[in-house]
Amino acid sequence: MSNEKRIQAPFSPETAASLKAGDRVLISGTIIAARDAAHKRLVETLDRGEDLPVNLEGQVVYYVGPSPAKPGQVIGAAGPTTSGRMDSYTPRLIEHGLRGMIGKGYRSEAVVESMKANGVPYLAAVGGAGALIARSIRSYTVLAYEELGPEAVAAMEVEDFPAIVVIDAEGNNYYEQGQAPYRAL
Amino acid sequence: MKTIEASSITRAVAELAVKACCDLPKDMMAGFRQAKETEPSPVGRDILDQLIRNAEIASSEQMPICQDTGMAVVFVELGQDVHIDGGDLEDAVHQGVRQGYVDGYLRKSMVAEPLFERTNTKDNSPAIIHVRIVPGDQVRIRLAPKGAGSENKSVLKMLVPADGIEGVRKVVLDCVQAAGPNSCPPMVIGVGIGGTMEMAALCAKRAAARDLASSNSDPRYAAFEQELLEMVNKTGVGPQGLGGVCTALKVHVEWYPTHIASLPVAVNINCHAARHAEAVL
Repeated sequence: MSNEKRIQAPFSPETAASLKAGDRVLISGTIIAARDAAHKRLVETLDRGEDLPVNLEGQVVYYVGPSPAKPGQVIGAAGPTTSGRMDSYTPRLIEHGLRGMIGKGYRSEAVVESMKANGVPYLAAVGGAGALIARSIRSYTVLAYEELGPEAVAAMEVEDFPAIVVIDAEGNNYYEQGQAPYRAL
Repeated sequence: MKTIEASSITRAVAELAVKACCDLPKDMMAGFRQAKETEPSPVGRDILDQLIRNAEIASSEQMPICQDTGMAVVFVELGQDVHIDGGDLEDAVHQGVRQGYVDGYLRKSMVAEPLFERTNTKDNSPAIIHVRIVPGDQVRIRLAPKGAGSENKSVLKMLVPADGIEGVRKVVLDCVQAAGPNSCPPMVIGVGIGGTMEMAALCAKRAAARDLASSNSDPRYAAFEQELLEMVNKTGVGPQGLGGVCTALKVHVEWYPTHIASLPVAVNINCHAARHAEAVL
């Protein structure tokens, strides 16, 4: 287990390159919330040759659909959703500047190839730890597709948001490395 | 004959929805603590620690354990001596889900139709309702919110009798390995064996929603539950798929008689937020 690194989002190319599979990080700065329906719309926008509603250059996307905030709260529970459902859209967004992803679960070969070609790491937050993760979120501002409710694209200011690098920009995979020593079948 | 108002069913369902989503059953918390004692992976232990803290925050702040507050799966055991007044059972349950999810600040994750428009119903209705008519004059309602991360990794295989116990083992193992981190381990795994295709699936769902401390009443199946648990915990998947020996906290098996030519097997995974709450009216 490595020590926790403090890093800033959006990611500079240097930050993205410095992250290695297995690194535990605390992220501060601004990340972009987007999941299934938003990804579909973003890619459809690109297909029509139009500009995206948010500039993705250097941005880190967090696959999340939070539960509603109660009065006085910034956000409800806000843990990661399964990243694999975004796989068919991800390479297009990476081509348009996306420089990091936070979610949970396995990614496709095509996504990993695109990550390697463009210097993009993939991180996991603890799936299902929605109440705990919400404590590191300072603000939640919808940027686009408000009508999608929990699936809207939003800017999230975070402070010491905990994550672990599971696939780094060289393609090293911590799911594989982490599981191998405990496999006994 | 006992009369129960439809409105009291609605109220009970609304309360169960909030309770299930915010208060992790005590036996799950005990399961996390016990797993932390035996998990050799430092990352795994740290994850288990975070899950314990998460559940404590959720309970004390009445905040959902997980943002995916799921589809509301509702098991109703309806006593045959009960008369429901002032509305019908299914409407009362759907209405309870609406109230619980809207007033309780739970996430609305249901789309009205699965293929073309996929428009959110904005109140998490309808519920998925399974009704069983039973003897007596009570209504037992068990609400088990089911998130999609684990539900999407469910498997149904129509094995043949010659596939036998080894075939069942392989279905469970393949399912867990394919699910890995996507289903938010440590999991609670429901396995349904026998019946028809839909009965096997329903057995798996019931098994996944059982109390953690329970085991199958047939000692052969109880032993098989233990054997399957030991098997899946050798996959190395571990907490959150980051490696370790606690891939599942429990495997539960439910079965039903089946055809001479059939051996259906269904696997329904519950994530570590294995939520359920129950009320009896």
